[in-house]
Formats: sequence, structure tokens, C-alpha cells
Amino acid sequence: MSDPRQEPEDPRSMHMHQLITADGQRVQDELLDEFVADVDDETLLGLFRDMVEVRRIDVEATALQRQGQLALWPPMLGQEASQVGSVRALEPDDFIFPTYRENGVAYCRGAHLSEVMGVWRGNSNTGWDPYEINVATPQIIIGAQTLHATGYAMGLSLDGKESVAIGYLGDGATSQGDVHESMVFAASFQAPVIFFCQNNHWAISEPVGLQSAVPLAGRAPGYGIPSLQVDGNDVLAVLAAVRWAAARARSGGGPSFIEAVTYRMGAHTTADDPTRYRGVTELEEWGAKDPIARLRVLLQSRGMLDVGAEAEIAAGADAVAAELRQSCISLPDPEPMTIFDNVYVDRHAVLERQRDHYERYLAGFSSAGQGPGAGNGSTDAGTREGSRS
Amino acid sequence: MSKLTLTQAINAGLRRALEDDPKVLLLGEDIGTLGGVFRVTDGLMKDFGSHRVIDTPLAESGIIGTAVGLAYRGFRPVCEIQFDGFIYPGFDQIVSQVAKMHVRTQGKVRMPLTIRVPFGGGIGSPEHHSESPEAYFIHTSGLRVVSPSNPQDAYTMLRQAIACDDPVLYFEPKRRYHAKGDVDLDADLAAAPALDSARVAAAGADVTLVAYGAMLKTALDAASAAAAEGTSIDVIDLRSLSPIDYGPLMESVRRTGRLVIAHEASQTLGLGAEIAATITERCFNYLEAAPVRVTGFDVPYPPSKLEKHHLPDLDRILDGVDRALGRPNSQTGMED
Repeated sequence: MSDPRQEPEDPRSMHMHQLITADGQRVQDELLDEFVADVDDETLLGLFRDMVEVRRIDVEATALQRQGQLALWPPMLGQEASQVGSVRALEPDDFIFPTYRENGVAYCRGAHLSEVMGVWRGNSNTGWDPYEINVATPQIIIGAQTLHATGYAMGLSLDGKESVAIGYLGDGATSQGDVHESMVFAASFQAPVIFFCQNNHWAISEPVGLQSAVPLAGRAPGYGIPSLQVDGNDVLAVLAAVRWAAARARSGGGPSFIEAVTYRMGAHTTADDPTRYRGVTELEEWGAKDPIARLRVLLQSRGMLDVGAEAEIAAGADAVAAELRQSCISLPDPEPMTIFDNVYVDRHAVLERQRDHYERYLAGFSSAGQGPGAGNGSTDAGTREGSRS
Repeated sequence: MSKLTLTQAINAGLRRALEDDPKVLLLGEDIGTLGGVFRVTDGLMKDFGSHRVIDTPLAESGIIGTAVGLAYRGFRPVCEIQFDGFIYPGFDQIVSQVAKMHVRTQGKVRMPLTIRVPFGGGIGSPEHHSESPEAYFIHTSGLRVVSPSNPQDAYTMLRQAIACDDPVLYFEPKRRYHAKGDVDLDADLAAAPALDSARVAAAGADVTLVAYGAMLKTALDAASAAAAEGTSIDVIDLRSLSPIDYGPLMESVRRTGRLVIAHEASQTLGLGAEIAATITERCFNYLEAAPVRVTGFDVPYPPSKLEKHHLPDLDRILDGVDRALGRPNSQTGMED
């Protein structure tokens, strides 16, 4: 077991690791190169395809929200490299604890698009079966999932497994007590967990500088957790960084912390208006660091992405978007009585009584002119009738 | 049959669960080497190892949150919160994660956690060591909440709670920790009363008196004192606080027509309010008098030299019984 309490990097001057520059040049990195030595051009092209599809999903979902088909959507625009690079670094048995924004991660892990959309349409609080794709359900309480990832990783150790758990978090979450408690537990028990922090610079309207006076990756060494800062718009560097952390965890090295420096190009959610708190200059600056554009340049320079190949990838992404749209708008409304399902595993007499009462209440509307409310002659009864069909 | 204190009975229940199920883990502060501040987990780390009886960092949210992750992985964690008043840092994980995970995941992920909480006053402790926070958790759907009043129930209900696939808050009556009683350690769990069932602790005909946890002993003492004066009290040990087993309560109230609920927790929106409302709804035509609550006051738990004024005692319960019976009592003349 390696000693995690190595000499910490000065938190005020973190080195940001990078393998592909913003203008598409492949550069060397002493630490990360060995972790992507096997990544050939075909694999790079696969990462490009993933990012294009994730961005296309984001565009389509945002449109569906604007058209009233989704209640809300948390955009991923700009964070495609962080999501794709991290998830593609993991093995199938590794378990992911995402936030609500990691819908690109879930997609790459095999979540069906209708399962992703159901949550944001308001049909259910979760879509996929966590045990089918080894991805926990989207977590909305900021930072809570890092403790779950740590506990799961403690369980992996107890079971003698070589798998890892990864907890996704954002820059805002690093202010939450749960994240700090996670790092304490992870370090004390040397849990095989990766804290993957996407610093997208904004927690709704609050800039990252409000969350931390030092780079986020600079905090972890204080807990005895090795950390590194990586260009979060560089899919290859993110892939390498997560492989570095996973290798440490698999070899008994315990937890790692990665700060992927990226930028939320869209709103916090479709309910947010970022023009109230940030200017266009910043957007232009980060737009020039786009994760897809830089990989396009690199692939083109290697002859991997001619006009035809790119058109084929775009057409594939359009097909994904079409499927997303169709599976979203064809989701049936959930049945009223399902609100009582799965609250408990075993029977709960008090809740069963409430359910039985509501079932009888609804049954009173089963035919026109009968049941409670029917005597009012109001449209209210009709509305209720309609809502149950 | 063994003669055990309530702490020994809980210890035996934990030991049995650790023996029976390799997925059972204990997590908490000072539970390992020390054996817990009340010695409830005494000897368990030595016998089962530090990988199953885990001393954790001092962070309640961390204890509950990592237990959620362990449950996700298929473990059956038993968490100890050292004192009632220390549970609040873990409140969010309990309410937002433990309680909701099963419904959130449409039944795919189970949270078979047991969260043990020594609760209640009467032990002369400083602030935060004598609270009764059960109502917060009873109000939270997705949780089960129980409280044993005697060593046999402590043993059996703990084993049932650990075996239960739902999360269970298990409130331990800490001022009864040293009370002794017969415990059948080999009793068949399947034949035992269900975890969510109430129990008639003493039969009576004039008034129904409902209590749980440490207050049950006070209620039984009050019933004995009342019997000496010719009043017969039906004492119900609630055992399960969520769900409440209304069957025995309704059966009793339909006979007595009078209901008194006693608990240490504050009055407003406490369990007594819920029981009074429900019994009024469901047994209105049988009631001879309004239900009566005898509870802690709506004050932060007072310093220990004042706690005897806060905790309902035998006399305050009998005063409540007098109210239910329409006899002269402390509130006579101030009914509005």
C-alpha cells in the first residue's frame, strides 16, 4: 500500500495537467502520458463521437424543455470532455455516484434515453436500475453522494474487490460538510474512491472564488488525499487522470481527488438566467477552449475526421436525438396510485389505510354523474375525471 | 431464559445479528475499543473484528452517509448515534437519503439500515444528552421508528429491526438501560410479536394510557398507584411509533372511552397529537372525554436540576387521568 500522506503540492499553485491544448495540439505530460499510452486514434474518435452525441442530447433536451415536454433540464454544454473522459476511464464493475448533471455519464454507461428523460419530465424520481448499469440515481442534494461513494468503496474493500467507486461533485459541493466528511472517512479507511470534481466555475450564480480561496484540488492533500488538477475540457487528460486515480485505488492506494477545470456554458438549469450574473467575455474566453472543437482539430490533423466521417457522426447523433425526443414524448403519465408504491418494502398499516381511502375516493369518479363532487355541476369534477384517464 | 439488563439485551441482539448475517456491520463513535459510551457494544469489536465493528470519525452525517453507500453495496449497517441530541448533523442523510432511496429508485435499492439512538432524559446529563427527537422521524415517510421499553423487547425488536428491509430508527430508553428483565435469547423471531405491533402492558377498564420507551415504566407505576385508589388503567406499550398500531388502541378506547397519552417529547405536533387526532377521528362515538396529553413542555430540554419538572412523572400522569375521568385536576376551572 502506498503512503497517501505524501508531500502535498502547494495548494496556491496547482499545476493543471493537459494532453490536448485548446487549439488541438497533443502535448506531453509526465504524469498522465503512461495512462493513455494505449489510446489509439480509433479510441480518440470514439471519444469524439461520445462527446458529439452528449452535446446533441443536451441540445435536444433543452429544446424539449422549451417546448413544454420536460419540466426542467440541467444543461451539460461545455462539460462533455469531463463527463465522457471520466466515464470512459472506468471498468463496468466500477460504481458511479453522479449528480443531477451527469446525464452524459449515464448515457455512456447505457442508460436508456427514456430513463434519463423520465426524471426531467416529472414522471419519476429516477429512471434506470442502478444495479444494471452500476450508476446510482441522480443526486440533487449537493454533495450527499460523495458519502455514498465513500461508503460503497468501503464495502468494496470489505468484499475484497478491486473495483472502485467514483463520486461526482461540482465546485459548489466542495463547500458542503458532506464532501469534507467524505474525505475524512475515505482517508481514514483508505477507501478505493475517486472524488471527481467538475469545477465549472459557477454554482448557479455564485463564482467558484466564493467557495474556495485556493484551487479546489488544493484542499484534498490536507486530508491526506492525493489530488491533481486537470484540464476538464481535454477529454484525453480527463481519461488519463481518472485512470491514474483508479489505478491508485485498485492497488490499495486509497482515495484520490481530481479537479477537472471546465466551464458551464449553459444555464444552471433551464429555469436559470445566467445573464444576470456573468458577462459575455467569460463565455467567449471559454468558448475558445471548447472540448469538441479541439479534438476535431487533432483528429483532422491525423486524417481521422474528414467531412464524410464527421457527417456520419453528426447523423448518428441526430438519430440519438430523434430517439430521445420520441421516447420522451411517448412516456405515459404515471398512474395515480403509484405514489404509494415503494415507500416501504414491508407493509405499513397507516400508509395502506391512506392508500385505500384515496383509491375509494378516486373510484367515486369512475362514471359520469356519480361520486364525490358530481353534484357540484362544476368543471372541477370533469377535470378530476380527466386527470385520471 | 436469561436475566439481562436492557444494555445487555441490546448487546446480545447485536451479537446475534453479527453471527447470523455476514452483511451486518456496526458503525459509530467509540463503539469499538471502548464498547460504546453506554457499553452497549462491549466486546463486539474484540469478537467480530474492526472490519465489522467500526469506530468511525466523529461525523454523524458521515456515519449515516457511508452507511447508505454500504447498503447500496448490499450491507446491512447498524449505526449508533451516541446521544439523541447528536443526531441532527446526520438529519439530512436520514431524511433525504435513507428515507427516500427505496422510493426514489422505484424499489431497486433497499436501505436496510438500523439507526440506534439512546434517547430521553432523567439521567442528569448536560445539554443535548436528554432529548426526544422521535417526532421528526415519525413525520418522515420511508422510515420506521420503534422504541422498546424492556429487555425482551429490546432484544427481539433489535433483531427484527436489523432483519427488516426498511430503515428503522431504534430509540433506546437510556434511563432504563440498567433495568433487568428475563430475555429468551433463543425465541423464534417469526413467532415473536411483529415489529410494528403495540402491546397491552397492563389490563384495565376505566382509562386507556399510551406510552413508550422509558415512559412505559412511569405509566405502569401510575397504573399501580391508580389501582390502589380504585381506578383501573389499561396501559398500552406502543413499541412501534411509525407505523402506529391502532388496533389495540382502538380496542381499548372503545372499552374505556377515555384516552391519555404520555411522552417525554414536547407537546406540539408530538406523537400524542397524532394519536389524539386519529383516535378522535376513528373512535369519536366511543369517547366520553377529550383525549389528554401528558408530555414534556414546549421548551428546550432543561438543565438536569430542573428536568424533573419537564419529564412527566407518576403524579402528572395521574393528573391527566383525572382530567380524562372528569375529576378535579390541575386544569379544573381553566378549560379554555
